[in-house]
Amino acid sequence: MFPPQCSQNSLISSLSIRALREKVREDPDFLFSYIEEIYKVIEKHEHQLRAYITVRPKEEVLRDAEALLKSNNLGPLAGALIAVKDNISTSGIRTTCASRMLESYIPPYDATVITRIKNAGGIIIGKTNMDEFAMGSTTENSAFYPTLNPWDLERVPGGSSGGSAAAVAACEATAALGSDTGGSIRLPAAYTGTVGLKPTYGLVSRYGLVAYASSLDQIGPIGRYVEDVAIMLEVISGHDPKDSTSLKVAAKDYGSYVVDRPIKTYRIAVIEEMVEEGVDREVMAVFNKTLERLESYGLSVEFRKMPIIRYSLPVYYIIAMAEASSNLARYDGLRYGLAQEVEGRLWTEVYKRVRSMGFGKEVKRRILLGTYVLSEGLYEGYYLKAAKVRRLLYEEFMRLFKEFDLALSPTSPILPPRLGEVIDDPLKLYSLDVNTVPINLAGLPALSVPGGFIRGLPVGIQVFGPHFSEGWLLNVARLIEVAGK
Amino acid sequence: MSDEVVIGLEVHVQITSLRTKLFCGCSSNYRDRPPNTNVCPVCLGLPGVLPVLNEKAIEKAVAVALALNSKISEKIVFVRKHYFYPDLPKNYQISQYDRYGLVPVATGGRVVIDVGGLSKTVRIRRINIEEDTGRIVYPEKTVLGSKYALIDYNRAGVALLEIVTEPDFRSPREARIFLEKLASILEHLDVADTSLEGAMRADANISIGGRARVEIKNIGSPRDLEKALSYEITRQLNIVKSGGTIERETRHWIKERGMTVPSRAKELEGEYRYFPDPDLPPIPISKELIERVASSLPELPDSRAKRIAKEYGIGDYMASVLVLNKRLCDHFEHTARTCGNPKLISSILVNEFLRWLDEADIPLSTGILRLSADRLCKLVQYFEKGIVSIKLLKEYVRLAVLEDKDPDDLVRQGITTIGEEEELERIVTEVFEENPKAVSDALRDPKAINFLVGQVMRKTKGRADPKIVNEIIRKRLVEYGSK
Repeated sequence: MFPPQCSQNSLISSLSIRALREKVREDPDFLFSYIEEIYKVIEKHEHQLRAYITVRPKEEVLRDAEALLKSNNLGPLAGALIAVKDNISTSGIRTTCASRMLESYIPPYDATVITRIKNAGGIIIGKTNMDEFAMGSTTENSAFYPTLNPWDLERVPGGSSGGSAAAVAACEATAALGSDTGGSIRLPAAYTGTVGLKPTYGLVSRYGLVAYASSLDQIGPIGRYVEDVAIMLEVISGHDPKDSTSLKVAAKDYGSYVVDRPIKTYRIAVIEEMVEEGVDREVMAVFNKTLERLESYGLSVEFRKMPIIRYSLPVYYIIAMAEASSNLARYDGLRYGLAQEVEGRLWTEVYKRVRSMGFGKEVKRRILLGTYVLSEGLYEGYYLKAAKVRRLLYEEFMRLFKEFDLALSPTSPILPPRLGEVIDDPLKLYSLDVNTVPINLAGLPALSVPGGFIRGLPVGIQVFGPHFSEGWLLNVARLIEVAGK
Repeated sequence: MSDEVVIGLEVHVQITSLRTKLFCGCSSNYRDRPPNTNVCPVCLGLPGVLPVLNEKAIEKAVAVALALNSKISEKIVFVRKHYFYPDLPKNYQISQYDRYGLVPVATGGRVVIDVGGLSKTVRIRRINIEEDTGRIVYPEKTVLGSKYALIDYNRAGVALLEIVTEPDFRSPREARIFLEKLASILEHLDVADTSLEGAMRADANISIGGRARVEIKNIGSPRDLEKALSYEITRQLNIVKSGGTIERETRHWIKERGMTVPSRAKELEGEYRYFPDPDLPPIPISKELIERVASSLPELPDSRAKRIAKEYGIGDYMASVLVLNKRLCDHFEHTARTCGNPKLISSILVNEFLRWLDEADIPLSTGILRLSADRLCKLVQYFEKGIVSIKLLKEYVRLAVLEDKDPDDLVRQGITTIGEEEELERIVTEVFEENPKAVSDALRDPKAINFLVGQVMRKTKGRADPKIVNEIIRKRLVEYGSK
C-alpha cells in the first residue's frame, strides 16, 4: 500500500529495485523514462512534502544514467535512484546535516556507502531532510523546514531520517539511505509505511557519516519493499579499512532470506516492558495481530520480562549527548561551514558567534548536556555509570538471545504525531524512541516493517535479533509484509 | 623557607621515523611543504571522517618503553582530550589518559643520567601516544604585533610521544642532561630525528621551595631548557626577595628574547572532558610484538658508553658525554677508527667542540660538517708531529667550529707552533738579552721563569709550544747558573 503521491501515478514510480534492474537490462532506454517519471512525482509533490534538502538537477541525473548505461555497469542497483540522508558525505554535493552550520558545505569526498552504491549501479538523486545533525524524532528540528508525512500532511514523518522515509514512501526515489542512532531509521519507516533497517553496529562503514553519537550511529537502508532493503544492505555492508569500528565479516546474500516461508522455526520473544504502559491501544492491536500471523506459520511467541530496559532512555541520552558534544566541537567556522568575519576579532569571539548562529536549539541542548556529563567530578556519576548500565543491558540481551532467535515490538508506542504536537516537550519527544534505543545501546540489528494501518496511518513492527541476524530479520519481515497484502 | 628547586618535564617527541601521520595517510614529513598542502579530509577533521591508527606507531612506542624500562600496557586505548584552539582541527586531540580505568601505552620507568660524574636516576611517570596540532603562524612573528594569525595544518595529526617524568630534577643542568640523554635514546632507537625543528618540545614544571608550580611551555632544545629554567629561577627568586608571591601559572619561553612570559588563560584539567574515543576500539599489545621489538633493540647509549670507554680507553666520563648525542658519538667512533688517538679526539670533542657549539648556538650537524673527520684527523696529525701545540690545537678547533676555517689553510698561512729548537733557542737568547733582571730573578726564584716563558710566547705570537720553551729556558738557566 502506498500513499497517494505514489499510487496516483503510473506503476512505474513504485517499481522495486529488482524490477527496475530487470527492465533496464532488457531495455536500457527504460531508465530515462523511469527518471522522467520520478522527477514528475517530485515536481508534483515535493513542494508540499519537502522530503529533500537538495534534489540534483534532472539533467545531471540523466547524464549519470547515460554514463552508467555506457559503462554497462548494471549491478544489483542498476538505475536505482537513491535518496541519501543529508548527513552522509557526497563528493561535490552539498551535505548540510539540515543545519545552518553546514548550509553551504560541499564535501570533497564520498562516504564509503556512496562509493559502494555507485559501484553497484545506483544513482544519487538528492539529499534528504532530517532533524539537525540527526537530533530528533520528527524531522521538525531541521533548520530549514519540516518534512510532512505523505499519509497525512498534518503529521510528521518521524525522524531523524524523515526525509529519506518520506521520499521513498511518496515514490520520489527508488530507495534511500538513513542513519540510526536511537531509532532514526526505524521510527520514520514506521510512520511512513516503509521498511527501514538498522544493521548490526560495525556491519556498515560509518566513514563519511557525519557523526552524532559514534558508538551508536549506523547507516542503513529504507525501501518500499523488504527485498529492496535486503539488496541495499548487501551493497553497503562489509568491512571498510577506513572505519576502525567496521567488523571483518563477509557480505551476505541477504536477498536469499526474502522468501515467503520461515527458513527456520524461529523462537520469538516479546519483551513485556516494550508493550506495556505508554503503548497506544490501537498500535497494540496491530502488533498482536502480527504475532498471531507469525504463530500461524508455526513460530513460537513468548513474553519475557527485562526490567533493565527501563534505563535505556536515560543511558542512551547520557552517552549520545556526551559523544555529540565531542563530535560537534569541530564546527567552529574556520575550515568549512558557516563563516564569520575574523579580522579584528578574537578567535574566541568568532567561535562563539559561529556556534551561536550555526546550531539550532535542540543541538545546543544536547551539546550542553553532553558537556555537563563529561565534566570533571560528574564523569563517573553520569558517563561511566551509563557505560556500565549499557554493558549490563548488552549482557541481558545476550542472555535473551540464547533462549530466543528474535524479538518483536511495536516500533513506536504511538501513531505518527501531528506537527508541533511533541516538539516542544523534550521528554515526550524522547519517549517516541523508547523501543528503539535499547537496540542501539546493544549494537543489535533491527528493522521496522509495516504491520497494518489504523485510520489510514501505518503502524510499524520492530523485529530485532542477535548480532548479524539481519538475514532472519529480513525473512520474518517478509512474512509480515506478505500478510499485510 | 628553603629554596630547593623541583623540576618535572613533559616532553613531546614526533615519531619522525614513521612514513605517515598517526591516523591518516598524509606524510609525517611536513617540513618545507607549502602551507596546508600536506592535509586530507581526516587530518583536517572534515565532517564524517574517521581515524585509522598507523600501527607502526605502537612498535615505536614499545621500543621507547623498553628503552626507558617502562611497564607496557596490555592494550592501546585512545581518548579524546577536548579544548578549543584554532590549531586543533577537531577541537579535540586524540591522546591517552591514565584515569577511569584508561591506560597510556606505558607507565613507570627510569633513565640514569650522569651529572658531573655522579649518576642520578630520573623516574618516568608515563608515555602517551597522541596526535600533533597544526601550527599558528603570525605574519609579524609575534602575537601582539600581528593583526591576524594564519594556520598551517600540515603538521596536524603527526604522531607524537608524550614522555612525562616525575619531578626529579633539582637543577636546570640536570633537566638539560636528561633531555639530551632522552634525545640520544630516541636517536639510537631510530624513533626520532630530534635535530629537526620542532621534533622535540619540552614543557617544564618548576617549583622553588615548595611555592606555587609554574609551567613553562614552548621549549625547543636541551640548551633552551637549561636557559629557560635558569631564567625562571632568577625571576622567581627576585619576586620572593622583593616580598612578592609566586602565582600558579603557565608561561611561555620566548627563545629570541631569552625570557619567559605569561601565557594565555590557564587551562584546568577538568575542562579537558576526557573520554574513550568511540572511533578507535582498544587494540591489544601482544607479548609477541613486545618480544619481537625487544629482540631487535639496537645498542643504546648506556651500553654504548660502556663499550666505547673500554674499546677506546677514553674513561667513563668522556664516554658518558659522547653518548648523549648519537651523531656526536658516531663522529667520534668514525674519526677514532680512521686516525687513531681516541683520547685526544674525545677530549677535543667533549671539551672544545661542544663548548663552542653551545656558546654560539650552532647545530651539531653544522658543527660536524665544520669539524669533519678529515679535519679532525689532520689536527691530530699536526699535534702528533708537533706542528701545533695543544694550545694552538684548541684555537684551531674554535676557528673551525665558529668560522669554518680549514686547519690546512691555517698551517699554510704559517700559523704553526715553532717546533724547530734552533729557532726557539734564538728567540730565547733575544729574550735573555732584553731582560737581564728577569733572568737574575729566575735564577734565584724558579717561579719567575713564567715571566720569561711569557715573553717568548709574546714574541712568537703564541706559536711556540710553552712546554718546549720552558725546557729550553730551564736548560739555559742551569747553564747560566754554573757560569
